[in-house]
Amino acid sequence: MSETGTRLARPEGIDRGVPPTGAPIGQIFLEFLIIGATSFGGVVPYLRGSLVTKRNWIDDKEFVEMLSISQSLPGLNATNMAILVGQKLHGALGAVAAIIGICLPGAVIMYIVGLFYRLHGEHVWITAALKGVAAAAVGLILSTVVGLSKKSLTGKFDFIFMALTVLAVNRLHQSVPRTLIVVGLLAVLFHRPRKEQKETAAS
Amino acid sequence: MAAFPEMKILTVEVHKWLTFPQLIHLYSVGQMAPGPNMMMIVPIGQWAGGILGAIVVVLAFFGPTAALTFIVGRLWTKLEKWPWRQSIQQGLAPVSIGLLLAGCFTMAKGAIFGLTTATIAVAVLLLLLNYKINPALLILAGAVIGVLSFMP
Repeated sequence: MSETGTRLARPEGIDRGVPPTGAPIGQIFLEFLIIGATSFGGVVPYLRGSLVTKRNWIDDKEFVEMLSISQSLPGLNATNMAILVGQKLHGALGAVAAIIGICLPGAVIMYIVGLFYRLHGEHVWITAALKGVAAAAVGLILSTVVGLSKKSLTGKFDFIFMALTVLAVNRLHQSVPRTLIVVGLLAVLFHRPRKEQKETAAS
Repeated sequence: MAAFPEMKILTVEVHKWLTFPQLIHLYSVGQMAPGPNMMMIVPIGQWAGGILGAIVVVLAFFGPTAALTFIVGRLWTKLEKWPWRQSIQQGLAPVSIGLLLAGCFTMAKGAIFGLTTATIAVAVLLLLLNYKINPALLILAGAVIGVLSFMP
């Protein structure tokens, strides 16, 4: 039946024909542990390579969808993705296995780094190296800001909301939750659903 | 990074678990580690309360957002037709980018001084915007340049 074909072709998000328990819990843990141990310099490409290409646990459309949810929620993309994918594959247990897996290697590494830094952080060559490392990290964060702005900011009002956020946190020393609620609410209301696209007020 | 300004106030100024330079160092070094890029919270917990402190910090840092993501993940696809879903997504984007930028400025206040550090930051920014390079490698390069420039 051609109709079944078209129905299957239309993606329905998470509640689709794929069996909900796509993978055993141990395998989920192991796969996310591998991602957590190898994803140097940013988790997202590794997540895609592993979950979509290698394991076939989710398809590309689901991946993009989950990523956009992860980005609009508080928390890190890496851990939010682990929760969403783990949940899809094996419910709450899957989510727990995935987040522990992806966090564990980095946590152990940073635990050891922390001990080492505490003992040797004052050495001249380490302080010198750390000055360069910190400056490079500033450049890295700025590049993330630019990349995200290009992708998801539309119109000058979004830049105003962004500037308001920076002002509230850095100049007015407001807490992050308060800023998020006040400026976030303003921005969401600005982007409120409109019946017709009658943009008389906006530029 | 969005949590950085708040983290600085609480860990450095209120609780005095570490100094501001130490916080910047941990954050920056943490960018070289694999996995979620905020694992620098682990050493803060470890310094404040040993291995138990480290575990508590990780649970407290990831627990609430993980629970929220879990709940929203179940609802999100069902809300596909809800018109406000798009509004929320569009409205939160500039705020979350603003929080990221605010974190960046807080960090830059401690990390950027003089011409060398400013040049490193700008160079990393331009390289990442124009070429596909693994950021962890650039952080490592920053370490090398740091040793070459700041060794007494």
